[in-house]
Amino acid sequence: MANQADLILLLLIMVDLFMLATTRIAAAVRASAVQGLLLALLPLALSAHGSTSHLAHAGLISGGTLALKAILIPWLLMRALHKVAIYREVEPFVSQHISLLLGAVVVGVAFWSSAHLPALPGNAPALLVPVSLATVLIGFLIIVTRKKMITQVVGYLVMENGIFVFGMSLAREMPVVVEFGILLDVLVGVFVFGIVIYQISAAFDHMDADVLSELKD
Amino acid sequence: MTLLLLTLAPALGGLLALAFKDVRAHLGILLAVSSLHLATAWALWFVAAPPLGDLLALDLPGHLFLTITSVLFFGVALYAIPYVLHATHDPKAAPRIFVPCLLWFLAAMTLVTTSQHLAVMWAGVEATTLASAPLIYFYRRKAALEATWKYLVICSVGIALALLGTFFLGNAVAGVGEGAASLNLVDLLRLAPHMTRAWLKLAFIMALIGYGTKMGLAPMHTWLPDTHSQAPSPVSALLSGALLNCAFLGVLRFYQVVLAAGDAEFAKTLFLVFGFASIGIAAAFMVGQRDYKRLFAYSSVENMGVLAVGVGLGGAATFGAMLHAVNHSLCKGALFLLAGNVLRAYGTTTAADVRGVLRRLPFTGVLLTAGFLAIGGAPPFGPFMSEFVIFQSATQGSQLVLAVLFIVLLAIAFLGMANVLLPMLQGEAPADSPPSHEPILSLVTPLVLCIAVLILGVYIPQPLSDVLHQTAELFGGAHG
Repeated sequence: MANQADLILLLLIMVDLFMLATTRIAAAVRASAVQGLLLALLPLALSAHGSTSHLAHAGLISGGTLALKAILIPWLLMRALHKVAIYREVEPFVSQHISLLLGAVVVGVAFWSSAHLPALPGNAPALLVPVSLATVLIGFLIIVTRKKMITQVVGYLVMENGIFVFGMSLAREMPVVVEFGILLDVLVGVFVFGIVIYQISAAFDHMDADVLSELKD
Repeated sequence: MTLLLLTLAPALGGLLALAFKDVRAHLGILLAVSSLHLATAWALWFVAAPPLGDLLALDLPGHLFLTITSVLFFGVALYAIPYVLHATHDPKAAPRIFVPCLLWFLAAMTLVTTSQHLAVMWAGVEATTLASAPLIYFYRRKAALEATWKYLVICSVGIALALLGTFFLGNAVAGVGEGAASLNLVDLLRLAPHMTRAWLKLAFIMALIGYGTKMGLAPMHTWLPDTHSQAPSPVSALLSGALLNCAFLGVLRFYQVVLAAGDAEFAKTLFLVFGFASIGIAAAFMVGQRDYKRLFAYSSVENMGVLAVGVGLGGAATFGAMLHAVNHSLCKGALFLLAGNVLRAYGTTTAADVRGVLRRLPFTGVLLTAGFLAIGGAPPFGPFMSEFVIFQSATQGSQLVLAVLFIVLLAIAFLGMANVLLPMLQGEAPADSPPSHEPILSLVTPLVLCIAVLILGVYIPQPLSDVLHQTAELFGGAHG
């Protein structure tokens, strides 16, 4: 069902922009959970008319995504957030207004550039490529414009989500094992990030990434 | 099945080590697993391993890099015995995570070299980052924490781009040929001539930037000096000697597909640009470098640049690049381990505070001199030969400007390195410094590696030469 898929993709972009606009870290983490939920729905919407085996594949991926990206990873991040007790993104490198403006520019660039790329084979929805590129770019924007480490991890997740959307166009080509391997890597990644954040908050008393500037030539 | 076991054995060995409290048990497991790994990787040259589905298979380039990794890992495992036992006396160190993470790191690198499916390879490269990050934070200091964070963020973002590149490649091949396409390397090479060009080129660019970040190509190299200045020396040796090669293999897999599609020229240009940028930037930072571990890290950036330039020039230079990959791994492994000996005796990574290594640590000093001459490209060591092959190939290919640039930049890097290391080696040791003891196990590995590099400079055994030539041919090289 192309319409359902398009709706999901549009919602994804709106969540991206919300993440750029908010200063509350907990809100950004919750938004990443919502994004995980949308991602879990996407394979189902894309394969509604597929064969049974294709549907089973989509169901597995959908379930795995739901468990990891909508529940487990946000829960881990929330725990880290409560442990270090820092809830607001104060004084980001770029103000919220400007970063929202940058987000709009990035979305424009994503749509413009994907119009110049060859179309995806098969019947993938037209929004798939621009939304995926926009999400990757917005994730990158979050990583480079925010100071709090947890927000940077959320940015990394947003980037991964954008790539995952792109991967949806290849669902038929990818063995389930591989897709689970990728999901698992992301999970372990967030886990390791969480441990480091916890250690840093214990060592430095706060966790702005810009205090990390001791190492240089 | 053998291939799966080769990855699983270190992974399970790491889990097993977690069950023991005694660090000596850890070291026993480390030795057992690493010698088993080395023996298997070696035996596979004589008995072929059956592939596992379309996910794992051992081809020539994979096996070459697997062997380098396995040899270096075994050497580092020997070195780690006195290192970890010594670290148990340091309240800031965390010796109990060392062996498990080191073994998981080996498992991830094994997965990278044995995978035949580009998405599996990606998962392996990402796993190397996650397994090695806790190792960088071995000494629980603020600066180490900073290095760990930078390593995680920069490499994760880079590797995410490589995943995007992998999916782009999937798109380039989708809809080509009958049935479902896959990201299996054999299928990709077969279908390459019919791929959608725009997606293929984008895929290569993403892979070069993504895996290039992990490989340490400038300007994405910024994690390398920070990480190496903080990581324990055996970990630095593995990061530089084994991991960078694995990331290079990631780029080369995409290059194979681009070659099969007949688009090599554009990829070669990119290799040359990133390669020369890496050599140039590294040389600039090596001049006047104050920290000797950072110096070696920049030297790794320089040598990764040499590999990229070799592949970018093509022809005989590709063989030079493969030979240089072997030489660099052996040399840099030795140098970082020796840097560890110096660090233990002097307690600082600041070059200006280290004087008289030749007097105070005679064995380490002599080996360090040899290792420095080798990596600097002085005859009769191996890197001289491989760099000379690349230089010669550039002059013959009427790319004289590139050849001259190559030599000038390498010379600057050599002088920069000499300027830091020679005062460290010579001079008087501080009068009040205690006499230093050099454990034999901390010398054996660097000694063997230095001898191997010396031999490679004089004589390359025929089987190795054949393997390097055949590997180079897969990456667009030719007998020169």
